[in-house]
Amino acid sequence: MSGPAINGAMPQQPVAMAVENIVKRYGDFEAVKGVNFSVAEGEIFGLLGPNGAGKSTLIRMMTTLIPVTAGKAIVAGCDVSKDPDAVRRQIGVIPQALTSDPDLTVEENLLIYAKLYSVPRGQREKNIAEVLEAVDLLKWRGAQTKTLSGGMRRRLEIARGLVHDPRIFFLDEPTTGLDPVSRIAVWEMLNNLKATRNLTMLLTTHYMEEADKLCDRIAIVDHGHLVALGTPVELKNSVAGANVIEVEFAREAEEWKARLEQLAGVTSVQPESAGFYRVVTSSGSQTTMELVTMAAQMGEAITSLSVQNTTLDDVFVHYTGRQLRDEQVKPALASWAMMPRGGSN
Amino acid sequence: MNRMLAIVEREMRKFFRSPVLMIMSMMLPLVQLVVLGNAFGGKIKNARVGVVDYDHGPQAVKVLEDIDAVEANERTFTAIPYLNERAARKAVQSGKLDAAIIIPASYSQRVLSQDDPQLGLVVDNSDQFMSSAIESTMQSVVAALNAPVLPPRISNSIALEVVELYPYIAYMKFLLAGSVALAMYVSVMIGGGMLYIDDKARGVHEGYLVTPITGLELVMGMNIAGAIKAVLAGISLTVIGSLLAGLGVIFHPILDLELLCILVATSIAFNGMMFLMMVRVEDPLVPRAMFGVLNTLLFFPSGAIYPIAAFPKWLRAIAIVDPFTYAIRSLKEVLLKSGGFGAIYRDLLFLAAFGVGTLLLATPLFKRTL
Repeated sequence: MSGPAINGAMPQQPVAMAVENIVKRYGDFEAVKGVNFSVAEGEIFGLLGPNGAGKSTLIRMMTTLIPVTAGKAIVAGCDVSKDPDAVRRQIGVIPQALTSDPDLTVEENLLIYAKLYSVPRGQREKNIAEVLEAVDLLKWRGAQTKTLSGGMRRRLEIARGLVHDPRIFFLDEPTTGLDPVSRIAVWEMLNNLKATRNLTMLLTTHYMEEADKLCDRIAIVDHGHLVALGTPVELKNSVAGANVIEVEFAREAEEWKARLEQLAGVTSVQPESAGFYRVVTSSGSQTTMELVTMAAQMGEAITSLSVQNTTLDDVFVHYTGRQLRDEQVKPALASWAMMPRGGSN
Repeated sequence: MNRMLAIVEREMRKFFRSPVLMIMSMMLPLVQLVVLGNAFGGKIKNARVGVVDYDHGPQAVKVLEDIDAVEANERTFTAIPYLNERAARKAVQSGKLDAAIIIPASYSQRVLSQDDPQLGLVVDNSDQFMSSAIESTMQSVVAALNAPVLPPRISNSIALEVVELYPYIAYMKFLLAGSVALAMYVSVMIGGGMLYIDDKARGVHEGYLVTPITGLELVMGMNIAGAIKAVLAGISLTVIGSLLAGLGVIFHPILDLELLCILVATSIAFNGMMFLMMVRVEDPLVPRAMFGVLNTLLFFPSGAIYPIAAFPKWLRAIAIVDPFTYAIRSLKEVLLKSGGFGAIYRDLLFLAAFGVGTLLLATPLFKRTL
């Protein structure tokens, strides 16, 4: 693939970071295949894709953690290959794993990192207090890290990445492993940080909702390629059809797919499981009415029906031909399908 | 510099927060010191020795009296009368006896007629320590029997006069130097090698690598922290071990200074060696698997337990490049002989050069990226 299917225009602000034809090779395997994008100052930019798509490899190249095989990455005006130290001084990085020291207290972890970033002695206390307040951990500053919950530890990681007041913030799957409540708390916190600190953020995620809620622009990455780039709205609008209808019939029949495709406004029909279909349409209300009428005329029962706007899931399916969560849920679905199911619907 | 000190600070905060490392690094050497020091240091006592007397003459009585004297004074063995040599041999073979003394028939007559008299000693030489101890005691008994009743006023036999430079050194004291070095090695292995690989596996290093810290600062920070931990382990074991073994050197400031120099040089050498071995290791199981092998390969050829002079050539070659050898030799000089800097400076130089050399080799191998 030579370039993304759509390439949403970058905001007018100056460029905070850019990658040009960047490639990462491990022997014969190419993890990142000539990706290009730019991120404007103050923007939250998301790299969206399944596990193994190349998101973390991209972020690791941009944060100097692994060498670039070919191409160029410019972060905060510096080439990551030529001047990695200058890049490191201006970025904050939250790795995917929780890497704060569990034996040290919250404050000690931040103090060590403030020293590693050469924050002046007089400034350290102030910075630590500020970031602890920003992540709502002020009253836990003396607690040993190993006593914190997963969500609190993630917030500590974020505070650690901010202790030297960086211009650019990289977050590699910042909410992976968190419960829904903690996840929403992290989203709110990142939005606040963006507003109060004018940070440029680049985050990777495989959560559609996270990318949709947080990011100003999203790049969809699959198999090392950047397949689409734009704002969430642009990406959704780029998919033919404005609504998605999910319908489940009581009885599975071979002709359902063909019949659904003939309904007004329908642009695609995707079978999800036995009797369950995902229908993309340009007119949700009209298609729904025709669908119900068709089922009534045929004497078929509909066990469930929902109409919703196009989601990033649909965008991902459109550009990659598969579900984003396929790789995560396939094994679970397979075992679930093997189980006997009770109930009539 | 500040970034390097931040790494040291992090390590030391962890170290003092969790004293497990200190306790674990001293546990093995202390147990070894107490158990081996007491087990190997003592003399053989109360071995069971059968006595078969076929003679019953006056000279045989003299032998029995000397055996009784051993039993009452040195207590190397206890004499148990046996009726015949066959039964006594069988008892030695079956382990009921540790040895058997045979006084042959006509022994007294042969002594008096100076006709090559002989006493028999049956030993179980599968146990070298026991058989050597009984043989040595019986040699003394025989020497006493051979001595003239009235010694000549002018002796014409050659005597060896042994001058012992130092007071009697119990085995526990001899072992202390090795135990101190071993405690430092365990500290470096756990607090340096294992923690370093564990930190890598947990992603802690990934956190460091995105900061502006240089590779050299990171290497030096980790090694300085490792060296401080090893010195603390060495000091602790020197103090506890000296008190256990009854050595008073820790109360002499000059000797304390010499000991501190040895401990610092040893910790630099051990840390450099460990860092060189672990710098490219990723799997946390590797240092755990290497622990026992390295311990055997480095500790035992060093002269900590047995003299190097008794080793075959290949084992002596290991001893020559083994930093344990120089650490233990210099520690013995100070702990047992109060040798002074003149006696230890060569060992200090070797240890320092070894440490710096291994660090110089390891630093370029350290990867600043993942």
